[in-house]
Amino acid sequence: MIATYDPMTALIGGALIGLAATLLLWLNGRIAGVSGILANAIAAPGPERDWRTAFLVGLIFGPIVFAFVGGTLPRPVLPPLPEIVIAGVLVGFGTRLGRGCTSGHGVCGLARLSPRSLAATATFVATAMATVFLIRHVGG
Amino acid sequence: MKIAAAAIAGLIFGIGLALSGMLDPARVLGFLDIAGGAWDPTLVFVLAGAVGVTAIGYGLARPRAKPVFGESFQWPTASQIDARLLGGAAMFGVGWGLVGYCPGPAVASIGFAGTPTAIFCLALVGGMLLHRVMPAPPANRT
Repeated sequence: MIATYDPMTALIGGALIGLAATLLLWLNGRIAGVSGILANAIAAPGPERDWRTAFLVGLIFGPIVFAFVGGTLPRPVLPPLPEIVIAGVLVGFGTRLGRGCTSGHGVCGLARLSPRSLAATATFVATAMATVFLIRHVGG
Repeated sequence: MKIAAAAIAGLIFGIGLALSGMLDPARVLGFLDIAGGAWDPTLVFVLAGAVGVTAIGYGLARPRAKPVFGESFQWPTASQIDARLLGGAAMFGVGWGLVGYCPGPAVASIGFAGTPTAIFCLALVGGMLLHRVMPAPPANRT
């Protein structure tokens, strides 16, 4: 059994993410890793912070522009508050310790055929799948 | 110009996430749930599109001396696969599996998704700050 999904829209959406990563490299020479950009945007002030803040502002406005031109945005249903906080801290701490997330390692790293990013991506996909399995099928 | 370029890249990134369905944690969890009986392969197509275009874009950048607005391409230099990399990735994965948010979609959802998403982002920043104040070998910090 497979859920209903739209492969072409997913592929085009993914291609736009790839276009954004390409633009950031071609124009500014930077890797589009959201966790790294966020971590350094909340660091010391200066020009190195400014472009990262601009990227994040663009990122936040992207879905709003998408909705403005007729796109549908989800109404996310999140788990209870303690789980949200624990998950957020794990994602924040883990992406710093592992130096990247789904965009930095998963998209940009795999595109460079980086063995380091492949190892990181395989690891976080595996522990994420194990977590979902424990919660949904073992009980949590 | 660097600022404007980054803003446009962020905007396109956010539109891509919205179009691809990756702003919905339920869809991401549907991909991560391999035993649920209704596996959602959307993320595979998103990743394929993103990695494919980025690989071509990066490949075209390789022969160039420098970016349009910057002094040099900041290619990652780290290559070691160590306990920090794998331990951090493992922690991140657990958090990702708990809620279905990784940093990109979480930040991109701040403008429309409501208070729980904003709390997730605050906790995300808190986790980053916690890492910053923890002692770490100089080689692994940037």
